[in-house]
Amino acid sequence: MSSPAAAALLVTEAVTIQFGGLTAIKAFDMRVPEGALFGLIGPNGAGKTTVFNLLTGVYQPTSGRIVFRGEPVRGMRPYEIASLGITRTFQNIRLFADMTVLENVMTARHLRTRQSMADAVIGTGRHHAEERETRERAMMLLKIFGLERFAHDSATSLPYGSQRRLEIARALATDPALLLLDEPAAGMNPQESVELMDLIRWIRDEFKLTILLVEHNMKVVMGICETVQVIDYGEVIAIGTPAEIQRDPKVIGAYLGG
Amino acid sequence: MRASRKLLLILVTLGVLVGLNQIFEHGAGDFQINPYYARMVNLIGINITLAVSLNLINGLAGQFSIGHAGFMAVGGYTATYFTVYYGRTLASALGSGLDGGWAEALVMVMSLTIGGLAAGTAGLLVGIPSLRLKGDYLAIVTLGFSEIIRVIILNIPSVGGATGFTDALPITNFFWIFAVAILTITIVRNIVTSTFGRALAAIRGDEIAAEAMGVRTTRYKVLAFVISAALAGVAGGLSGQLFANPLNPQNLNFVKSIEVVVMIVLGGIGSITGAVLGATILTVLPEALRSVDQQWPGMRMVLYALLLILFMIFRPQGLLGRREFTLNWLRRPSRTKIAAALSDTADMRQHTPGRPVDRRSTLGGSDTDE
Repeated sequence: MSSPAAAALLVTEAVTIQFGGLTAIKAFDMRVPEGALFGLIGPNGAGKTTVFNLLTGVYQPTSGRIVFRGEPVRGMRPYEIASLGITRTFQNIRLFADMTVLENVMTARHLRTRQSMADAVIGTGRHHAEERETRERAMMLLKIFGLERFAHDSATSLPYGSQRRLEIARALATDPALLLLDEPAAGMNPQESVELMDLIRWIRDEFKLTILLVEHNMKVVMGICETVQVIDYGEVIAIGTPAEIQRDPKVIGAYLGG
Repeated sequence: MRASRKLLLILVTLGVLVGLNQIFEHGAGDFQINPYYARMVNLIGINITLAVSLNLINGLAGQFSIGHAGFMAVGGYTATYFTVYYGRTLASALGSGLDGGWAEALVMVMSLTIGGLAAGTAGLLVGIPSLRLKGDYLAIVTLGFSEIIRVIILNIPSVGGATGFTDALPITNFFWIFAVAILTITIVRNIVTSTFGRALAAIRGDEIAAEAMGVRTTRYKVLAFVISAALAGVAGGLSGQLFANPLNPQNLNFVKSIEVVVMIVLGGIGSITGAVLGATILTVLPEALRSVDQQWPGMRMVLYALLLILFMIFRPQGLLGRREFTLNWLRRPSRTKIAAALSDTADMRQHTPGRPVDRRSTLGGSDTDE
């Protein structure tokens, strides 16, 4: 890549993954600039979630390179990638069901604790200090998402929209540089979607994040993303601003089956 | 202040244990504890250690191990072997016998440590290959492992083979059993309420999400398994050196492993106090049912099994479910009232709109205070 490396936080080069004979993602190139709100869209089954799974180490690419902050992430386990600063939410909500709302967020702070298990067993000063810090930080995130009233309720007792917001809060607790949101507006009503859009934009500015968004809700994608990349059948078919994408005949074709 | 309070608590606990041990072993004045009951109390203590330690891997981390008797055997035989073949020599080198003095205490601590380390090492060897995989492999591997250990022990003459390790020196007493039980409960509780406990609970809840949130799943599963195995080994060391309770491969078979699993299922899987309760009930119940045998010979274990089946039908989540039995409800009302009063005054003093008042004191919960 000839352009300055500092500008791009995440770069994928010709990433391909095959499951048996099926090529799910083919020669996928993407450049996500630092601080961007970047949208990845495509019809059902286009491979959007597969891209997320590749970026977070759930799948390993068959070929190609994924570079985060100038460092290749190939072969890393999901927890290593999380500690580098990439975290995600899940399309089908994956909260820790038998924990409270607060504990869900506190769990994600684990990555940023430095105590050993011996500290915890003996109950050293470091353990107590980190525990207090973890709790405060988690409560702060819950406040931002308006969930502090439910801190001690079971996570699965929350309404659907709140569970989605809790997943974002939990992901933010890992102190990410890049946040991957997999259909955050799914199952939300129009009012909630608008609030979510404001929230996502606010998070990006407040936490100085880069956000990569997969979304079906076109209103949300077109409303907040600065750049949108479209994939279909595992291949990139278009990239540009929302306005350009909406006019692109290939995109229209992919969505309308032309 | 915190450290000195902790030290005080440890000293008081040890003092109480020494006192109770004195009563248990030698009686107080004319009062003598029926040896039958004393023995049962000791077995309860050992079973508490077994159940609480198994709960760490089965209840908390959500991995299903059914080989606890195997680790108990590894630890028990190693610890007892050490005392029999080296402990006596060591004690006499210190100018004393195994007579209840400091030399005996030293030998006991050393033998339990060695037993725990041996069982922990066995746990590491079993855990690394089987916990890398998701699914029920651990159950199969631990089951196989404990059978292999049993057969190996059967064929080692120096530890008694099929006759059992009858050369064991009876140096276990009430003090050691309950010191270990309290230590086990403390270790497991402190892990549960820490960031490691949350990491393990996350693994139990959703391994993919746990890993995405930065939890090193395999590492923590193995770590929890090793700690669990090591504690089972210590329990084995206590059991093997208890008066007239020699280790015998026949008593450390599959049935013993299942018995410990039933203890934690009965008490409520994942609950520490539940495991304590389950261990107590399952130790007492078969003994309490002895009178049944006198009237209808052979019916005791039938009734025992029937009771367990009925219990599981009507209370499948166990006695306590995932909850812990606490005495917090005794003091909670007053504490909350004080906290509420405090934050009310804070409200009045400095309430700036948009800046919520810090109500941390009411959020404390039971897991932050010592």
